[in-house]
Amino acid sequence: MAIIVDNDTKLVVQGATGREGSFHTLRNRAYGTDVVAGVTPGKGGQDLEGIPIFDTVAEAVEETGANTSMVFVPARFAADAIYEDVDAGIETVICIAEGLPAHEMLRIFNYIKPRGITMLGPNCPGALSPGKANVGIIPAEIFREGRIGLVSRSGTLTYQIGHELTQLGLGNSTIVGIGGDPVVGSSFIDVLAKFEADEETEVVVLVGEIGGAEEEKAAEFIGSEMTKPVVGYIAGFSAPPGKTMGHAGAIISGTAGTAEGKKEALEAHGVRVGTTPTEAAQLAAEVAGAVRA
Amino acid sequence: MDLYEYQGKELFRRFGIPTSEGRLALTPAEARAAAEQLGGQVVVKAQVLTGGRGKAGGVKLADGPDDAEQKAAEILGLDINGHLVRKLWVESASEIAKEYYLSITFDRGEKKALFMLTTEGGIEIEQVAEETPEKLARLHVDPLEGYQPYQARRLIYGAGIDNPSEQKQLLDIIGRLYACFVGTDAMLCEINPLIVTPEGEVRALDSKFTVDDNALYKHPDIAEMRDPESVPPEERAAREKGVTYVKLDGEVGILGNGAGLVMSTLDVITLAGGRPANFCDLGGGGDAQGVVDALEVIIADPQVRSIFFNIFGGITRGDEVARGILTALEQIGIKHPIVVRLDGTNAEEGRELLAEAGPDNLHVEPTMLEGAKRAVELAA
Repeated sequence: MAIIVDNDTKLVVQGATGREGSFHTLRNRAYGTDVVAGVTPGKGGQDLEGIPIFDTVAEAVEETGANTSMVFVPARFAADAIYEDVDAGIETVICIAEGLPAHEMLRIFNYIKPRGITMLGPNCPGALSPGKANVGIIPAEIFREGRIGLVSRSGTLTYQIGHELTQLGLGNSTIVGIGGDPVVGSSFIDVLAKFEADEETEVVVLVGEIGGAEEEKAAEFIGSEMTKPVVGYIAGFSAPPGKTMGHAGAIISGTAGTAEGKKEALEAHGVRVGTTPTEAAQLAAEVAGAVRA
Repeated sequence: MDLYEYQGKELFRRFGIPTSEGRLALTPAEARAAAEQLGGQVVVKAQVLTGGRGKAGGVKLADGPDDAEQKAAEILGLDINGHLVRKLWVESASEIAKEYYLSITFDRGEKKALFMLTTEGGIEIEQVAEETPEKLARLHVDPLEGYQPYQARRLIYGAGIDNPSEQKQLLDIIGRLYACFVGTDAMLCEINPLIVTPEGEVRALDSKFTVDDNALYKHPDIAEMRDPESVPPEERAAREKGVTYVKLDGEVGILGNGAGLVMSTLDVITLAGGRPANFCDLGGGGDAQGVVDALEVIIADPQVRSIFFNIFGGITRGDEVARGILTALEQIGIKHPIVVRLDGTNAEEGRELLAEAGPDNLHVEPTMLEGAKRAVELAA
């Protein structure tokens, strides 16, 4: 099964003909992802090494049955691209583009939620289900197939932990980067719920960082809704306070937002938290061993 | 991007939110001129991007031009929480009957804008939220629905404001504040205090304003408000070179790729008993010019005793990163001991390259934890 991307993924790439876009589109296809179309307005009828390019997402969906979109256009065109995906019937939107204005993302979030769309990003590395599909910029060669679900707000930190798991002989069901922006399409909870329902996932590793209150909410969810064991890692214990959002921002999260607070919240709900990526991977290995036995 | 009080008030005025008349002054003489133009009593206010300026002596009442000049001389050059006062806002003094608080901000959790209104203004809003939460009216606005006047009515009644004239003025101000929040792509617009004068007039006496950096391309006029001198010089130099850099107070210079990994690197340095000198993110790439720029920023800090490169090769392969580092080291002579930890795709090739061609002060370690330990030892 895996989550978000798998063998049923039929991918359309918005911005497939750009420099970065074409590089990653072809990488994703080389990995085995079913890349069915690209969309670049004005380039309809062309192709990218055999991948047909369309002028609109609606055409691409009609012609190819695409169900998942990767957004690789510059930030100022990304909101438009996401609405186009949703209105064309795309079910899963993975936005690699970064730098979307927060107000635009706020409107997008409230538009997609009642429509049941799954969205990752903006500013995310994508999702990889080893052996099945890779949508985004995650270096797949670091990971191997297995039963650990990995969800993270950060790119390279995810690779670090995935690499440590691989070295311990463990693999992943799906690696999900939700993105580091203040407003992203999926929360930790959205992804944890998918892992909980996924037959191939036995253990979940949650990689968080300072700021916001998403890890605290995830901790509550793990405590009340999850049967599968979760291991945590939080980055930023020694980081200085980031850009605060002023008093009004601080009030929303109360004392939450610090690494210490997040660690305590997770531990209060039975999540073991590693102090380094190495320790988190070791904890996951221990827990996975216990699950197997 | 945080705006100064006077800049936030300028945006308030653009959207029709009432403020007091004032002038910007950079010298005591300009403060005198401002007071002459305004007439009567004025308030001389330090413009700094930090709180607590009142307690630090950064806000003073002046009786006229002579006094304003003198007060300006006292305030200019003050150090308020590490921020040097270089600008003053000279404003007509207001008589205050009541102090309210009004703000609109991003609620990241709810994914909606959040209004807050209370009659307990003038003090720290966290204190109100903690001690008398019932006095703080809150209301979320669905961004697709947008602002509707009923929302303002709920806030006003919720905060217990029953004076009809105040209600009418607040209804107008709340609608205008929403338009300002959305129209400037703000992350926070806070008015504390929002005063009521003895004559019953409601007016913004202060502003705290944060604009979304990602939306500045839509607002070139607001982008121009950025004051390059408001950030420390080393961070300014980094910004000019496109390097993400935050100065810290330790001895181990840190350079990594990806914000999460760099944050994690600060943690492992601390766990190894050291103190990070900075946060520096190279981003996805590891090209030579990026490394040169980042190294120049890091070694400009005289406190730095050793440097720790923590690189995870993903799309950017380890051997490419190693070549980037070697080229960079050739370009700038660095005497500091440098520890490189290189892992991920093609890491072994990268480490071999570094071991063969690297200078004597370059140490290669296979893991993040070993690298951190070595860098801390070398900084001792």
